[in-house]
Amino acid sequence: MRSFAEEFSFALTLIFQGDAELWAIVLLSLQVSIFAALIAAALGMPIGAALAVARFPGRRALIVLMNALMGFPPVVVGLLVYLMLSRSGPLGVLDLLYTPMAMIIAQVVLVTPIIAALTRQVVETLAEEYAEQLRSLGVSRLASVPVLLWDARLALITAFLAGFGRAIAEVGAVIIVGGNINHVTRVMTTTIALETSKGNLALALALGTILIAIAVAVNAMVSTLTLRAEKEGLRHA
Amino acid sequence: MRDLAPFCPDGLHVSNLRIARDGKVLLDVPDLALEGPGPTMILGPNGAGKSLLLRCLHGLIQPDAGCIQINGRKLSPEDRTQQAMVFQRPVLLRRSVSANLDFVLKRMGLGRVARRDRIAELLVEGGLQGQARQAARSLSGGEAQRLAILRALACGPGTLFLDEPTSALDPAATQKIETMVLRASARGVRIVMVTHDIGQARRLASDIVVMQGGHVVEHGQAQHVLDAPQSPETRRYLAGGLVT
Ligand SMILES: Nc1ncnc2c1ncn2[C@@H]1O[C@H](COP(=O)(O)OP(=O)(O)OP(=O)(O)O)[C@@H](O)[C@H]1O
Ligand SMILES: [Mg+2]
Repeated sequence: MRSFAEEFSFALTLIFQGDAELWAIVLLSLQVSIFAALIAAALGMPIGAALAVARFPGRRALIVLMNALMGFPPVVVGLLVYLMLSRSGPLGVLDLLYTPMAMIIAQVVLVTPIIAALTRQVVETLAEEYAEQLRSLGVSRLASVPVLLWDARLALITAFLAGFGRAIAEVGAVIIVGGNINHVTRVMTTTIALETSKGNLALALALGTILIAIAVAVNAMVSTLTLRAEKEGLRHA
Repeated sequence: MRDLAPFCPDGLHVSNLRIARDGKVLLDVPDLALEGPGPTMILGPNGAGKSLLLRCLHGLIQPDAGCIQINGRKLSPEDRTQQAMVFQRPVLLRRSVSANLDFVLKRMGLGRVARRDRIAELLVEGGLQGQARQAARSLSGGEAQRLAILRALACGPGTLFLDEPTSALDPAATQKIETMVLRASARGVRIVMVTHDIGQARRLASDIVVMQGGHVVEHGQAQHVLDAPQSPETRRYLAGGLVT
């Protein structure tokens, strides 16, 4: 049994000597989560904007549902996606279980409500502020959507980053639908869980360090953007 | 109450306008005709209904009763494209100063080059040449106000509603805006402007509307209203007494 210091120095060696296995896992994680966050943004932002601007019966209920989905336990999302993709499931013919695509689907399901809810909130606040001015300028409700999305761009990038951060740090759902297969579906979080239980602490620590670095970087970007948005809005907030 | 030129169909006509909320009458204007050529100034204490009246004239609020006519026709949503309004609290888009102007010019269907030239012209007119690329929402209060007015002018309106555009401005900025307003008026833009500054009303107005408690208590030529007010409410308002 090596000491923690030894494990950690070994972990740093793995990182800085460019261990192929380690970086393959990091790369796959990034690919899966960036792709998932992009799809979630493509789905969630229009949904959020529509909920913010359109008025229809059941709108309130949809917003409550969306906010509830935000807090959905990831493991259960994993289970549901598993059932959808399994041989006997409705999407079984696609044979996606235990592929990166399955992990992307699980993360999209997890992250879309988050991005939609954040978008709805931001766009609705902005829509209220802009309502009379845009009407005065002759902009219709429908035509106001791109205006609002563009003017909320900083907050929307923040929503995207928040979604990405959630996706890449998530373990419960992807381990169920991805299976943590070596060289195929091993991402950072699932590998950390597996290698720790096997006692391979160095690889787990190395991945954990990189994951933390990514989380810190994402949060730093979010705070920078938030600060900038606040600064620009300061005088007329 | 009216000592203006006899009725002519040109201009804004309000008849039997009424707005009530929660059993409280906010606006009750049986008859108001804005047909003078020069700027109309609306005076009156806080909560008198001045902003509400502007919103009605601009078609942003559907009144509970009554009708607004423009040049002899009933006001329709299309008329709003011939009007522009500068709100009491201007709302600027979260974009650069020139992008705020570009937004309305693009909506008017101007091409790239025409827009660029027009923006440059407008910025000079408003003294904002140096701030073209600055975020509009980081402008100072006076600069923001000037941009809001420039944006309204950029729409090329036939009628321009201004709601206390100089209430928070220093004398120099106020003067700049007054010059812009007079210049627009000289170009034939119908100006309807709310102000609390009696000196400003004297400098700009051709006719003055005095409001109180949702009613128009006096309307007449500026000089008459200011120097020989007919209603006791106007006399008290001009004397600086508390009007309740
Ligand atoms: N949507 C609304 N619901 C209820 N009351 C309203 C509404 N809008 C305006 N009011 C009330 O109508 C009255 C007139 O408001 P308005 O904004 O027209 O006043 P104003 O003359 O512009 O005052 P100020 O000089 O302070 O700008 C106020 O008492 C205000 O509280
Ligand atoms: Mg007002």
